[in-house]
Amino acid sequence: MHVPDGFIDAPTSAVTGVVAAGAIAVSLRGARRELDERTAPLAGLVAAFIFAVQMLNFPVAAGTSGHLLGGALAAILVGPYTGVLCVSVVLLMQGILFADGGLTALGVNITDMAIVTTVVSYAVFRGLLAVLPRGRRSVTVASFVAALVSVPAAAVAFTLIYAVGGTTDVALGKVATAMIGVHVLIGIGEAAITALTVGAVVAVRPDLVHGARGLRQELKLRVHGELVDAPAAAAPAAARTSRRTLWITGLVTSLVLAGFVSFYASANPDGLEKVAHDHGIDRKTEDHASADSPLADYGVKDVSDARLSGGLAGVIGVGVTVVAGSAIFWAVRRRRTQDVSPTGTEI
Amino acid sequence: MSTDSIPASLEVSGLAFAYPDGHQALFGVDFAVGRGERVALLGPNGAGKTTLVLHLNGILSGGTGTVTVAGLPVGRKHMAEIRQKVGIVFQDPDDQLFMPTVREDVAFGPAAAGLKGAALQERVRTALEQVGMADFADRPPHHLSFGQRRRVAVATVLAMEPEILVLDEPSSNLDPASRRELADILRALDVTVLMVTHDLPYALELCPRSLILSDGVIAADGPTGDVLSDDALMRAHRLELPFGFDPKSVTTSGR
Amino acid sequence: MGAGHAHRLYRHGHSPVHALPPHTKLAAAFAFVVVVVSTPREAVWAFGLYAVLLAAVAYRARVPAGFLLKRLLIEVPFVAFAVLMPFVAEGERVDVLGLSLSVNGLWGAWNVLAKGTLGVAASVLLAATTELRELLLGLQRLRLPPLLVQIASFMIRYGDVITDEMRRMRIARESRGFEARGVRHWGVLAKSAGALFIRSYERGERVHLAMVSRGYAGSMPVIDEVTASRAQWSYALALPCAALVVCLLGWTL
Repeated sequence: MHVPDGFIDAPTSAVTGVVAAGAIAVSLRGARRELDERTAPLAGLVAAFIFAVQMLNFPVAAGTSGHLLGGALAAILVGPYTGVLCVSVVLLMQGILFADGGLTALGVNITDMAIVTTVVSYAVFRGLLAVLPRGRRSVTVASFVAALVSVPAAAVAFTLIYAVGGTTDVALGKVATAMIGVHVLIGIGEAAITALTVGAVVAVRPDLVHGARGLRQELKLRVHGELVDAPAAAAPAAARTSRRTLWITGLVTSLVLAGFVSFYASANPDGLEKVAHDHGIDRKTEDHASADSPLADYGVKDVSDARLSGGLAGVIGVGVTVVAGSAIFWAVRRRRTQDVSPTGTEI
Repeated sequence: MSTDSIPASLEVSGLAFAYPDGHQALFGVDFAVGRGERVALLGPNGAGKTTLVLHLNGILSGGTGTVTVAGLPVGRKHMAEIRQKVGIVFQDPDDQLFMPTVREDVAFGPAAAGLKGAALQERVRTALEQVGMADFADRPPHHLSFGQRRRVAVATVLAMEPEILVLDEPSSNLDPASRRELADILRALDVTVLMVTHDLPYALELCPRSLILSDGVIAADGPTGDVLSDDALMRAHRLELPFGFDPKSVTTSGR
Repeated sequence: MGAGHAHRLYRHGHSPVHALPPHTKLAAAFAFVVVVVSTPREAVWAFGLYAVLLAAVAYRARVPAGFLLKRLLIEVPFVAFAVLMPFVAEGERVDVLGLSLSVNGLWGAWNVLAKGTLGVAASVLLAATTELRELLLGLQRLRLPPLLVQIASFMIRYGDVITDEMRRMRIARESRGFEARGVRHWGVLAKSAGALFIRSYERGERVHLAMVSRGYAGSMPVIDEVTASRAQWSYALALPCAALVVCLLGWTL
């Protein structure tokens, strides 16, 4: 979610701007150390990849679909420094070219979505890899957890920024509950997609996965020489890995879902799903993944059928987030107002 | 074929190379290309053609043997000069054209060599005129057709005024008209050309002389017509002429 | 169209605003938004004046109102958010049509809506009058780290190429009868995403080879230099300066 102008007050925006600039400066140096003079083309292409993959729709249920945010994926695939750079550049371009996220809120958006997600997910990822046994499955599992944690982490970061510089005093607890609660749900989707994608890359080109570099040495010894044999040996392993990934993903997802869905029962998920379903079909027919370019894609949403595709897509995406969060708040609040209603009317 | 008086544009001798993973691609390659010659380098997939090309401007190194460009040995010492002298046109023009506009892309090489201002603009204009793309200078590369992109890719290299032009599969993915246009452009150029290709009729049309690279060594070197007519040689190196094409029936104008 | 490298938000034209050097426009838009964000939310009239200022710029740039308003739709998600604020916020409450609303929340909603809308409008105007390539040059001129500008320009250059690859992969999937319908198919989609990453990365390596072959040694040669005269600067900065006056009035009145 891209924060617009005016959401966070000016001083806090300035401070986050400085934080973002500092982090980018560190990342520039770090990326150069990792990739030397290959930094610009490689990071540029990865940024283009992140930009493109954000438009890849992952259908959830009939009509509704989610997409990748990409912070965790970037961190795991190309390392934290390059990851921060890539996501920051994507955010910068979205802000300037598509007015997606305010210009003064760039600092907030970069801090939140580029820095916190990549750093947190990379730390979790490396930490888990250190603990888990060496192997491809560990990489996939670690990616899952890293991505799962990264999204609510960004929500926490946003809540903290909001606590310091929010322009409306909504009780912090409420912001936190709404933001974190909903983002845990989003995080599950992000985690599943990230883990599956990393798994797919590890199966074919483990050497390209920055976070699995330790793994590469081991693999290299095994597939030494004989370029012809390498893909053949990797293929069946890949199939096995991904099926297992699916099982693990499914299991973890259903466990976490079971926990959260019961907690969110008051949010009336059935009703929500229906609304999303009805509108989601409209959106699906737009089929914006087929638009001919990323630049066109934004345009298509806005121009040709703005109300249907652009507006609804956004409203459904963020709207569902907000509605789900606020519904709980409503439930809680109603109970409380009942308690205090007599005094309330007197005043 | 090569003349002895002026240094050859390109001299490769005893070049052998293995990738870090142990896969050996070149097993002692020897050949020379004289100034102004147009030579085709033919070979089946996996013969080491691309590996050889990447040695010509020092992107790959570390094996044995030497590569000399216009009398300069390829090595760390003269790298900037070598890369200016050896212009490689890669197979996919999208890889080659990485700048936002055609003009900037063509200017990239000379600008990296320190050319500035009016001289730079002049160089860009000349190079684009040579390939007939002067009207497209301010277009972004991805708005051009594939054939146009290939021609701009040639211009990006011509702008560096190279000693030798190395083309990797120049005719791949081109429709017949673009193929002919590119051939006309190449024929009109006054530079040494080394053309790496599978496209045997194209080699015959453009290059009087051909080399066959097979299993990491030069397996044949001679006039293109003779090489293509030698059935046994062709078969031994997995080279096949298109159906119905007879090199003996084609009259080549040479240069 | 003389320039093809226009993005969808760009609106080709020859107005004085189009002709301004990109870095002056970037600076002006940014300064304007900063001023807007710093304005006290109680100064409702100030936001009206800002809107008038932007409308004047749009008029000079010959950007039609319909075009601008349509582009504003990107903000819709935040309207939804803003609408919720009066319900959620703390503090003193008023009854409107039987609903108990927070006064503070109402102000908050107004604040976000007004400032957000003006911010989006300013960005849209900037994007509508500036070509992609120019924006990059402008960022470079504004001393953004060169490496960052390079990454951005590679992203712009290859964004289309990669999206196109993604589209071809989707067509290939669909041609073989695969259609992603639910969570069960995420594995296949993720494999596509993984393959897309590998292709992107390998293309990055090939691009690097092509750059090195033409003498790249870590820094991009300067090919185009944008410069702005003092007149152009003052012309561009007229907008944020006028806004600043409004803002100061907003604080004092």
